[in-house]
Amino acid sequence: MALSKPTGTKFYGGERESLFFNENVRAFLLFVGSLIAFLLLWEMGARFGVFAKGMPPASTTLKELWWWSTHPFFDNGPNDLGIGWNLLISLRRVAIGYTLASLIAVPLGILIGISPIAQKAFNPYIQLLKPVSPLAWLPLGLYILRDSEQTGIFIILISSIWPTLINTAFGVANVNPEYLDVSKTLGASRLRTIFKVIIPAALPSIVAGLRISMGIAWLVIVAAEMLLGTGLGYFIWNEWNNLYIPNILVAIFIIGLVGLILDSIFAALEKFVAFGRNS
Amino acid sequence: MNDALMTDTYSPSAQLSIRNVTKVFHGKQDLFSKLSGKSSADFVAIEDISLDIEPNTFVTIIGPSGCGKSTLLNMVAGLSDTTVGEILLNDIPITGPGPDRGMVFQNYALMPWMTVEENIRFAVETVYPKLSGKQMQRTIKEHIQLVGLAGAETKHPHELSGGMRQRVGIARALAISPQILLMDEPFGALDALTRGFLQDEVVRIWEQQRKTVIMITHSIEEALLLSDRIVMMTRGPAARVDEILEVPFPRPRHRETIDQHPAYHDLKAEMESHLFRETRAVEEAQLA
Repeated sequence: MALSKPTGTKFYGGERESLFFNENVRAFLLFVGSLIAFLLLWEMGARFGVFAKGMPPASTTLKELWWWSTHPFFDNGPNDLGIGWNLLISLRRVAIGYTLASLIAVPLGILIGISPIAQKAFNPYIQLLKPVSPLAWLPLGLYILRDSEQTGIFIILISSIWPTLINTAFGVANVNPEYLDVSKTLGASRLRTIFKVIIPAALPSIVAGLRISMGIAWLVIVAAEMLLGTGLGYFIWNEWNNLYIPNILVAIFIIGLVGLILDSIFAALEKFVAFGRNS
Repeated sequence: MNDALMTDTYSPSAQLSIRNVTKVFHGKQDLFSKLSGKSSADFVAIEDISLDIEPNTFVTIIGPSGCGKSTLLNMVAGLSDTTVGEILLNDIPITGPGPDRGMVFQNYALMPWMTVEENIRFAVETVYPKLSGKQMQRTIKEHIQLVGLAGAETKHPHELSGGMRQRVGIARALAISPQILLMDEPFGALDALTRGFLQDEVVRIWEQQRKTVIMITHSIEEALLLSDRIVMMTRGPAARVDEILEVPFPRPRHRETIDQHPAYHDLKAEMESHLFRETRAVEEAQLA
């Protein structure tokens, strides 16, 4: 083959997989195949009544998904709102709560990370509050704020603050001591060292923390909204009250898809700040 | 040997003077450590070292692993305090780190998020914040050219080989025009070929600048090729200076011809026997 085309690319040995059947293509075929099998089983199971009564077949659900995706923005009152509006409401709450959490967590994490004493002193608070379920804050939030919108944001804030705080403090405390030695031998001021060396050095950890926090914020908003009204969580709750399962499945799919997109954004950001580290 | 050293020490022309320096790392002996069974004894790393370094000399410190060479260099750099004794730079005691001493690190210590140029710029900007943009640019460019990195200015460290990274490390240390260059096993992490190549570069750069250099190394050939004086240290704990060798080879030196000098093999043999003796003692101490 190489002999017949001396000017073309060289072909070394026979280990190379063919162009149309490499690992990625196989993985894609497996994905499509399993998806078709899943949808078929679902369709048959629903039609022959294998599942619980009222479980919709795959075709009905897909039709609903198509309908909701093509009619995202309509407004017939709070209990009949297009899924696009609900999605934007959820995203807005997450954006506000998450941004506030990050604005608190990153500076506080840097302060805690710089001082070993602060680290030891504040660690008990963090460790105690971190495992508390976000929903446990709900009654407290409603009582203090007396407003469902603000309570939703408060819950996002309180639950997405911890991973960023912990990761930032960890990243700052574990900056390669050689970078600090470089800074010291140059006689750099403390402030210059913090902004030019410590923060950039800790950036991969900080972004990793922000990514985990975003994941948690997106998990929590759906649960919180079931109790608050409006948003994707409320959409699901409302459809549960209507006992219309296809729309619940549509919402689950859309929540998953949006979570996936949010996570990919942070994955790309992590790569952007890595500069050859942890790769 | 030590008595002989004491008499010719405190030379008035010395640029750097290490005077009776002892370094003790204090163990954990507080109540909490004792209760948790984690208390540890004090460790005397270096005991009573005196050393005078004349301006424009290349001094190598060689000794068995763990003998406190790096500890000594860190004290000169000001990154670590002396427990007893003092270190004078131009007759002024060193109390902390400062840009009059440039440091080259074994693992390069380049900031991975900065390009080659930004790494050097960070150093120059820190030390000379009032430099005009033009002068800054010229200093950076000069030093990038000095170490042969022209064309790699916009690359990040992870895109460079180990040898290239250490060139950046050397350029960064020289760009702040320090009085003394401190090098802590600068070629320790490099393969033999790259190492030889970079040694030749250091020989070339040193011919141009003739700065005072203190370098730590494990390699006898490296010490002989580069230095004017070789300080041989005994094993730790409580490491001392065992002997100081004058290296009489004329400059400029070349690695191909340096072993033809009549004194080369005697010096090499002396260093080898010293290092073997000390290293064997270290290993025997570990077995005992």
